[in-house]
Amino acid sequence: MTVTSPVGTDFPWLFVVGGLPLLGAVVVAALPRGRDVLAKRTALVVALLTLMATIAMGAAFDPGRGGGQQMTFQFGRSYAWITNFGIRFAVGVDGIALVLIALATILVPVVILASWHAAEEGRRSTKTFFALVLVLETMMIGVFAATDVFLFYVFFEAMLIPMYFLIGSYGGPRRSYAAVKFLLYSLLGGLLMLASVIGLYVVSGQQLPGGGTFDFATLATLHISPGVEKWLFLGFFIAFAIKAPLFPFHTWLPDAGAEAPTGGAVLLVGVLDKVGTFGFIRYCIPLFPNASRYFAPVVLTLAVIGIFYGAFLAMGQRDLKRFVSYTSVAHFGFIGMGVFALTSQGQAGSVLYMVNHGLSTGALFFVVGFLIDRRRTRLAAEYGGVGSVAPMMAGVFLVVALATLSLPGLSTFVSEFLVLVGTFTRYRALAIVATVGIILAALYILLVYQRTMTGPVTAGNERLRDLNAREAWVVAPLVALMFVLGVYPKPVLDVITPAVNATLAQVKAHDPQPTSGVPAAAAPASVPTVAPAAVTAGTVTAGTVDGSSK
Amino acid sequence: MKPALAYAAADGTFAATWLLLAFPAVGAAILLLGGRRANRWGPVLACLAAGAAFVLGLVLFAAMLGRAGDDRAISQHLFSWIPVNGFQVDAGLLLDPLSMCFVLLVTGVGTLIHIYALGYMAHDPNRRRFFGYLNLFVVAMLLLVLGNNFLALYVGWEGVGLASYLLIGFWSARPSAATAAKKAFIVNRVGDVGLSIAIMLMFATLGTTSYAGVLGGIGALGANSGTVTAIALLLLLGACGKSAQFPLQSWLLDAMEGPTPVSALIHAATMVTAGVYLIARSAPIFNLTSDGRLLVTIVGAVTLAIGAIIGCAYDDIKKVLASSTMSQIGYMFLAVGLGPAAYAIGILHLLTHGFFKATMFLGAGSVMHGMNDTVDMRRYGGLRTVMPITFWTFAMGYLAIIGFPGWAGFFSKDKIIEAAFDKGGTSGWVLGTVALIGAGVTAFYMTRLMIMTFFGERRWDPDAHPHESPAVMTGPMIVLALGSVISGFALTFGGGLQQFLEPVVGRSAEEGIHTISPTVLTLITLLVVAGGAAAAYRQYGTQAVPRTAPQAVSPVTVAARRNLYGDAVNESLLMRPGQYLTRALVFVDGRGVDGVVNGLAAGIGGSSGRLRHAQTGFVRSYALSMFGGAALVLAVLLLGRLG
Repeated sequence: MTVTSPVGTDFPWLFVVGGLPLLGAVVVAALPRGRDVLAKRTALVVALLTLMATIAMGAAFDPGRGGGQQMTFQFGRSYAWITNFGIRFAVGVDGIALVLIALATILVPVVILASWHAAEEGRRSTKTFFALVLVLETMMIGVFAATDVFLFYVFFEAMLIPMYFLIGSYGGPRRSYAAVKFLLYSLLGGLLMLASVIGLYVVSGQQLPGGGTFDFATLATLHISPGVEKWLFLGFFIAFAIKAPLFPFHTWLPDAGAEAPTGGAVLLVGVLDKVGTFGFIRYCIPLFPNASRYFAPVVLTLAVIGIFYGAFLAMGQRDLKRFVSYTSVAHFGFIGMGVFALTSQGQAGSVLYMVNHGLSTGALFFVVGFLIDRRRTRLAAEYGGVGSVAPMMAGVFLVVALATLSLPGLSTFVSEFLVLVGTFTRYRALAIVATVGIILAALYILLVYQRTMTGPVTAGNERLRDLNAREAWVVAPLVALMFVLGVYPKPVLDVITPAVNATLAQVKAHDPQPTSGVPAAAAPASVPTVAPAAVTAGTVTAGTVDGSSK
Repeated sequence: MKPALAYAAADGTFAATWLLLAFPAVGAAILLLGGRRANRWGPVLACLAAGAAFVLGLVLFAAMLGRAGDDRAISQHLFSWIPVNGFQVDAGLLLDPLSMCFVLLVTGVGTLIHIYALGYMAHDPNRRRFFGYLNLFVVAMLLLVLGNNFLALYVGWEGVGLASYLLIGFWSARPSAATAAKKAFIVNRVGDVGLSIAIMLMFATLGTTSYAGVLGGIGALGANSGTVTAIALLLLLGACGKSAQFPLQSWLLDAMEGPTPVSALIHAATMVTAGVYLIARSAPIFNLTSDGRLLVTIVGAVTLAIGAIIGCAYDDIKKVLASSTMSQIGYMFLAVGLGPAAYAIGILHLLTHGFFKATMFLGAGSVMHGMNDTVDMRRYGGLRTVMPITFWTFAMGYLAIIGFPGWAGFFSKDKIIEAAFDKGGTSGWVLGTVALIGAGVTAFYMTRLMIMTFFGERRWDPDAHPHESPAVMTGPMIVLALGSVISGFALTFGGGLQQFLEPVVGRSAEEGIHTISPTVLTLITLLVVAGGAAAAYRQYGTQAVPRTAPQAVSPVTVAARRNLYGDAVNESLLMRPGQYLTRALVFVDGRGVDGVVNGLAAGIGGSSGRLRHAQTGFVRSYALSMFGGAALVLAVLLLGRLG
């Protein structure tokens, strides 16, 4: 079949990358009280070591393996876990999981540095905060690396626990309301997914001689009856749509994003939410290909509504952190659209979008957080003319704002255009409507920039401090990555594309051919080395030639 | 015939093409990241960076002239930019006669304006940032004209939009500047939507976005096919945004909030002409669609009329010049919309306009410099004697724009009027007449500007002490004024520019069938121009100009003063409904979507009182107990593994 089970010949990279933060969390938690600085430093060092291990893992990763026709997981490890139900502790990564793990391991050290003083107020424990962040890192890595569906479910739910405490214990004034809301939404979604996971197990038990299994590679080969497939799809889909969040499942995000401590909000929106869109690609589509095609138009419609809904809501916010949360609703609309357009450009764009959004929205939360640290208010109206007193802050805000509106040259443009062009080749009207969303993106972000950073300096901002060295180091890596990936995204795309091709081969979705019927001979001669299904399928798609060739 | 789209490789001298971008890019990076250390020498470095690009441009130009006419298109592949299966976009440059014109214009005029700004911005505390932005603009503009595919063009396209945004809002402590900057960016984005959809349509249809693939392959779609027309109209939408053409013209007047060197470089000489470049570059597409071309000419004619009418009403010297820019670009659109007959003429007008409009903007800046930054021409008057160099250089620009025989505009604008009539049919007569009358109105408002500024009695504010600007400013003005005089003749001498551009845009109809004999038409045009100038002289030269604008004026003047209600329309059609929609959605999201969820929770709990209770602690403990359960499950599972 077209999915290869994990092979275990490599160095166990995933256990190193995933285990380091957990180990670090234990160490940090075990430190005696009052050793806060040591706790912070330990956490930072552990996070940086994890990042280095991830880089080494990325270097060892071979994007070409599997030839782009089958889903191939590398660095695989699989151990019997709960033998009665065939549950295994199985991990492995493809290109998509790899870049998302990389995103998580990049953001965690930055978050730790940004949260240096986050837990100092009141009676909250500093070391617990950093231990929670490290535990969360392990969970995030686990959720992307799991290749056993039950293990995935466990990580999916377990991820909530550290985040619940980060919001509920270290958040803003309405933190308990926000934390509970976040939790209830997620638990509801998780419950639906659990039902579907069990359903999959039952179906596999009926079909396989050896009894039921949770092994992803095996499950992807099942032939599920159409009715059952749709229900199982919906269980996964709703869980992921809440997590993502896709309109109209988004209402928990503004509360959680606003009340979470800045570092927590960055991890929440930057990484945790990506589990939803990652789930679309990894689970919904390969496990339920027919249902995915069946529901694609509905999902696409919701995604496009989300782009506009999020944009208008963002414009209407007075609270800066709620504003950032709503911009994410709009961005997740783009990601969802690219995934369900079922073209390689759309999906590769979406995966890259997940990474870029993590960088840009992370940076946006940070800058807003720096402002709030200084003035103790989240209201945009309280700020004005900040650019005159804190030029560096304004400069960083501007760059991040430009990333948010997907300015070419920055990484977000590459992913957004890929999503749009990938959608356009199959659903023209939807893509055209979605493209209009780029005007709104410019409008909402430049409005906020204008209100806070330009104009005369308003009362209360006269002595606003500019970025200090620590804060500059927080945003510098993110901004640098935005530029680098904007100019030269090829290394990342080369990792993502084979995995996307394999996923699409699983649903038998081929990229639409140019409608002119003229083979793209005039295109640059750099034909991709990994010939995708779409290209090898040839140009004999007479049915798709539209009226223009008459 | 369509030129063969096989580009030569960039070897020899042309291997250095990418350095055109690198010089100003390095300059911008150093200035913007360099911190206060760079304050002292930063501005000079920026001038050197722009100047180096210009010198390199000249070297490449000489090398290009050394090659055969059909071998002058040189493509340089830099690296693979966005590769995803069938979607392969490269970072690559195309240096051909068309982009060469722009390279020389952008770096040449750009360098002069950089130097001018050394004087103009000498006392601005943030001038390092200003010069950084100027260099950034040069990079983006060069990328726009040098990219060898539509997506690379798009990067430059939005890049110049960014530079424009940054420079319009340079004095961002002024709310009006910040608002104007944002408006320019948003309106441009409307156009950018058109351009990006056009690129998507190219890819979906032809499987590529490269010039070689799209412009070479578009012919396979056949003339006047729906797809070709759709692509052309979407490109036109993009062009309208960037070039401030109807209906996306409203941002350009507000853009005058930016420092005057910016107005000269970006909002007159170079960036706003990018739309003309886009259409000329896409000539093989527009050649295939008569509807598309017709719409381009209509947009051009409408805008040239709007700009000319508005130009008569403003008292703000920069806004008069901005209206005039709009109007002159309307002429260029009209020309390139006429197809192969007039692409080269459109580019010719673009180049001459680059000289004379930059001359006049720098002149206006010089006047403002001497008049405490006053822009109201009713507070000027009689400046001819106190600012002689400014006056004489400005006068060269003035003679060029009205098309005085021998001056630059005479060669380019008359040609456009002639080509419009030569289009033939009703549309030809209508377009030609609009262009002809437009020339008369141009003469009227420009004469009005000249008289109100340089002649008549001194209506200065009491604290104004006008003086001539320093040499660092007048020097560039003199060079540009020279260009305003000779560029028209120099570029058309022996059909120079037309022959140079022919491999790119095709042969222009040099000796076609004329609707009106060129000699007669030239005479008619000169009469109309003289009439416009005379009318302005009668009104402003023979009677005193009041210091405040008269209020008892005709409805036309009132409308013109209000930008022909362009802003009012935008406000009532787009802004207000958008604000209402936003408010409504915020309400719905809070009370509706979220309310339903909270309500459901309350319903399950039994009453809303419970909900309030729940928010304070009940749900929290409930959730914690659920967590306890989840943790327990987890523990059991782990134990199961171990056991």
